Amino acid sequence: MSFEIEILDSGERYACSAAQTLLGAMHQLGRRGIPLGCRSGGCGVCKVELLSGEVETGRMSRAHITHEEQAKGIVLACRACPRSAVQLRVLGHMQRVFGSSAMQSNVPTLRPAEAATHQR
Amino acid sequence: MSLTGVLRPGHVSIRVLDLPAALTHYVDRLGLIESDRDEQGRVYLKGWDERDWFSVVLREADAPGMDYMGFKVDSPATLDRLAGRLREFGCKVERIPAGELKHCGERVRFDSPTGHSFELYAQKDYLGTAMGLQNPDPWHEECLKGMQVQRFDHCLLYGDDLDGTVKLFTEVLGFHISENVMDGELRIGCFLTCGMKAHDLAIIRHPEKNRFHHASFMLGTWEDVLRAADIIGRFKIPLDIGPTRHGITRGRTIYFFDPSGNRNEVFSGDYTYYPDYEPIRWTADSLGGAIFYHDQALNERFLTVVT
Repeated sequence: MSFEIEILDSGERYACSAAQTLLGAMHQLGRRGIPLGCRSGGCGVCKVELLSGEVETGRMSRAHITHEEQAKGIVLACRACPRSAVQLRVLGHMQRVFGSSAMQSNVPTLRPAEAATHQR
Repeated sequence: MSLTGVLRPGHVSIRVLDLPAALTHYVDRLGLIESDRDEQGRVYLKGWDERDWFSVVLREADAPGMDYMGFKVDSPATLDRLAGRLREFGCKVERIPAGELKHCGERVRFDSPTGHSFELYAQKDYLGTAMGLQNPDPWHEECLKGMQVQRFDHCLLYGDDLDGTVKLFTEVLGFHISENVMDGELRIGCFLTCGMKAHDLAIIRHPEKNRFHHASFMLGTWEDVLRAADIIGRFKIPLDIGPTRHGITRGRTIYFFDPSGNRNEVFSGDYTYYPDYEPIRWTADSLGGAIFYHDQALNERFLTVVT
């Protein structure tokens, strides 16, 4: 059984089976839109808000998803398997390291390619 | 040379979300050997070539990351001396009685300017390897599993007051700087050694305190790194990057994530560090190759994803 997943930020749509995670299916198809981090529920970069649809979730770091957030349909895409078609919005992001403003302002080579934030 | 004071990294305590899944990963995939469990539910592991009772402690928790990293020192007298020096430096120092971790003597726990917890200890029970100490074989096939990691090697940590933690490790604990990563005059990364390895601890400047980038385990050869990559593919372990080489430390490496999102490295090869060596300096305009020598380019996930 496969469901359509729609990333509202980018308009990306892809198919995800009930056995796949929202992030895993996106990644395997070479699609983009949700940042790809540890894929194990720990780092929080793939945080998404479900605007419609049902998912089943595995364990996620409470440092990134509180009980309250989870109750509101905020999950880590790497730990959420669809039970219906899903529309989601991306909340997570890659936080820049080497983060001091001094470093960022004048040393562009410290930063990976532009637009990496929402790509793998 | 003689090694005195702090001898080596001795253990790391890692928080995991799901202990059975973590054990499949660390035992069946990496090849660590389970050596004990305790009443708190913690599991103790060691590499097949490690002699002390454990080098990794797994603890189930609701958020992943590192609890603390421990270093073995040469004697109880050194432990007492360094505990005093750590207090003078301004660390919060706690003495944890022998046996709180099974098979481990008294530990001196201290905090650091980057917010990480470290410990020193002088004694840990001897478990030994399957090969033993008398006329040993180089390895025993029955204790080799998965990636066949030989031992815990080092950690890379992220935190804000990099210079403070470097000062603590060099001035109080006698570590040497093997390599610095500089952005002009601002140090953004530091590789520290307490012995003859290129690094025993690495720290990267980062806005948040107390972040865990990876725990690293040593393999024998580059071929072993490629073999680890095959295991990562076979068992669909989330790959971070590699196999590749670091400019920094020259390590041949592959990075991946455990089932709780903690990053692991398995690697082979570095160089021999001697204490009279001047630090190697990497500059910001060469950072791509410093970190990933083949690509010569940085990778967003490697730089930003931490637990």
